[in-house]
Amino acid sequence: MTVISSTTDAERLTLDLVAEFEASPARVWDVWEDPRKLERWWGPPGWPATYTRHDFEVGGQARYYMTSPEGERHYGWLRFDLIDGPRRCEFANGLAVADGEPAPGVEPAGGVIEIEATASGTRMLVQTRFLDLAQMELMLGMGMQEGFAMALGQVDALLREAVPPERATA
Amino acid sequence: MLIYNQMVVDLFSSDAFSEVDADRVFHALADSTRRDILARAILREQSVSALARHYEISLTAVQKHVSVLERAALVTKNRSGREQLVIANPEMLRRANTLLKAFEQLWLDRARQIAEILAEEGEPR
Repeated sequence: MTVISSTTDAERLTLDLVAEFEASPARVWDVWEDPRKLERWWGPPGWPATYTRHDFEVGGQARYYMTSPEGERHYGWLRFDLIDGPRRCEFANGLAVADGEPAPGVEPAGGVIEIEATASGTRMLVQTRFLDLAQMELMLGMGMQEGFAMALGQVDALLREAVPPERATA
Repeated sequence: MLIYNQMVVDLFSSDAFSEVDADRVFHALADSTRRDILARAILREQSVSALARHYEISLTAVQKHVSVLERAALVTKNRSGREQLVIANPEMLRRANTLLKAFEQLWLDRARQIAEILAEEGEPR
């Protein structure tokens, strides 16, 4: 695998990732379509994903959770707005609450997948679009109570143990 | 997730917060409505009345929440005519890049994991 480019735009809040794989477009498409494959790569390292639903069709939705190294489940959902296999897919990705259903009042991030054949394999573009920083923080876990409490605990410890000596003047 | 915790530590250990009583920050963030107000003020400067439209509580109650956030130095208030505009501490705005970098790392990891699955299948193209 080669990552051709990775572009972040802080004003538009987008992330574009282009990667090339030594496999056919059909096989690259399959890692999205087959939930047993999807759950092997969706979670970050150490956070395995489990898909309890994966209706990979236009208007279809998916439900999943990622399990933290401490065993806590973090729930999410996908909605497939456009599917044109094995070339293009547009989807929404949002946070879910403990029953797996979309968290009320939290807008999903947008995603576009583009897959095309190259001379040596397949190029895949994934674009992610966020609405605002608050949404990004929620997606990274800030909105979750456990995460928040954990973070505050860390900050608390930090402030108690390591009071900086002399604050540098800005 | 883990990255997120580091970011929060970075934020709170930054100069912008070092003069503020930590208890005020913790108190301010302990309330879900205030966290939501803060999240909205990160996005853009907006009036107290615009913020209040998102909640089923009185304008006065929202003003009180904003004051708690202001005393914790999480937001600043600027007067514009008859309106009071609320915006998050500028320190917050620098986080856009940090957050995008966190998602970039997530997708780099995902691409690598996809490549591993494809290599494992190992069937001829």
